[in-house]
Amino acid sequence: MRFSGLKVLKEGLTGNKGWGPHWRNPEPKSEYDIILIGGGGHGLATAHYLAKVHGLRNVAVLEKGYLGGGNVGRNTTIVRANYMLPGNSEFYSHSLKLWEGLEEDLNYNVMHSQRGIINLVHSDGQRDAFVRRGNMMVGRGDDAEMLDTNGVRKLLPMIDFDQTRFPIYGGLYHRRGGTARHDAVAWGFARSASDHGVDLIQQCEVTGIDVEGGVVKGVQTTRGPIRAKKVGMVAAGRSSQVAAMAGMRLPIESHVLQAFVTEGLKPCLDHVVTYGMGHFYISQSDKGGLVFGGDLDMYSSYAARGNLPLVEHVAEAAMTLMPRIGKARVLRSWGGIMDMSPDGSFIMDKTDIEGLYVNTGWCYGGFKATPASGHTFAHLLATGAPHPTTVRHRLDRFRTGAGIMDEESTGSQHNLH
Amino acid sequence: MRLPCPMCGARDVREFYYQGAAVMLDRPAPDADVEVWDHYLHVRENPAGDIEELWSHDAGCGAWLKVVRNTVTHEVKSAKLAAEVAR
Repeated sequence: MRFSGLKVLKEGLTGNKGWGPHWRNPEPKSEYDIILIGGGGHGLATAHYLAKVHGLRNVAVLEKGYLGGGNVGRNTTIVRANYMLPGNSEFYSHSLKLWEGLEEDLNYNVMHSQRGIINLVHSDGQRDAFVRRGNMMVGRGDDAEMLDTNGVRKLLPMIDFDQTRFPIYGGLYHRRGGTARHDAVAWGFARSASDHGVDLIQQCEVTGIDVEGGVVKGVQTTRGPIRAKKVGMVAAGRSSQVAAMAGMRLPIESHVLQAFVTEGLKPCLDHVVTYGMGHFYISQSDKGGLVFGGDLDMYSSYAARGNLPLVEHVAEAAMTLMPRIGKARVLRSWGGIMDMSPDGSFIMDKTDIEGLYVNTGWCYGGFKATPASGHTFAHLLATGAPHPTTVRHRLDRFRTGAGIMDEESTGSQHNLH
Repeated sequence: MRLPCPMCGARDVREFYYQGAAVMLDRPAPDADVEVWDHYLHVRENPAGDIEELWSHDAGCGAWLKVVRNTVTHEVKSAKLAAEVAR
């Protein structure tokens, strides 16, 4: 089934009876060339690129719940390429380019909307830091512009410029940044992977990883053992539990990050806005809900829900930046489990076990990385060598200290990001 | 979430600073192997279940606490003065 305007029109006129399931629901085979543990955005994207770019179709994605039920369905949908350090910089640049061609590549409407991101500036020091960041973004070929107060006022008339606490002096404007419909991204990758022959197996929890003589041989699952030549671990917040099945411990702590959405409102916010002083960010979904979030709850957690102090903190930041938001009712809030690495940057590498690969440490920024995470992890799995944009994302960089990528310059230890 | 500070009683989590896994109490010798330091600083068990961790009662008595807490349910099992349990 291919989506097209004509097909939508025809189905609309004939009662929408011609739409089929978007992916097959196969029984697991006894053996695959490659098994991916985790049917979230990154796992499904990896499957898509393995099949489409590398022609590897004897692949299975094993998901203990349902496809896209983790962080890809629990984020604030922001897509951007405003990283600064070598390593992250070229990786997220690569990801944004993949986003820009994603809907055609998948034949799926992921509602990618390049509405622009504005990082607000509240001090001279912050302006200097954003000018530097903007110059580095422009230097590698992406876009960035500095706006003064009036420039921001024209784009964001609804925020409080004269707040006494953090007056707004300008902003860093990244026009190619924006949002995408998060669930559709998971569904689009799933549909494409399935169409290319990848088996997506839901309700199939991996309970063991079989290793013999330092070589991975397959996995044990709640639906029986499955052999595999290569296994990729793509389990985000549950990475530590998956790696433990292979006798590994990772430099990861899992933390909860909350997000919120209001009832649907008329259009009032055209961009993604970040308010760093309150660690707050907000955008408006196409349904009209204001989608916003704040900081981590800041303690280890696997509960996909947060605590009230952070709710209060986020609400305070929202009211400071946009007093009118006080009239909106919050529809719901949720939490996702973040795989926090010591330096705040991700890890994509082979392990000491031959045939076993790890993709983790996305912290609170995994959604925008989804296409490139899949693209580069597929490259690593297929060729055995890292993609040029992920050569720095080594598993052992914390041990050696070489190649630490700490965007916030706060240090490379846990609980600093 | 409240933490039962042995000095102050059950107090709101906002009064506490979170340091993370209580592995920080087991500081290796200065000349220990690089692998030992790597495990101390970076590598974590990261359990989905009970975890031992360090909290400082910053806005209270200022004591460091060793807390046993469930990371799935957020249930706090115990909180002891780190000074008394430090190995």
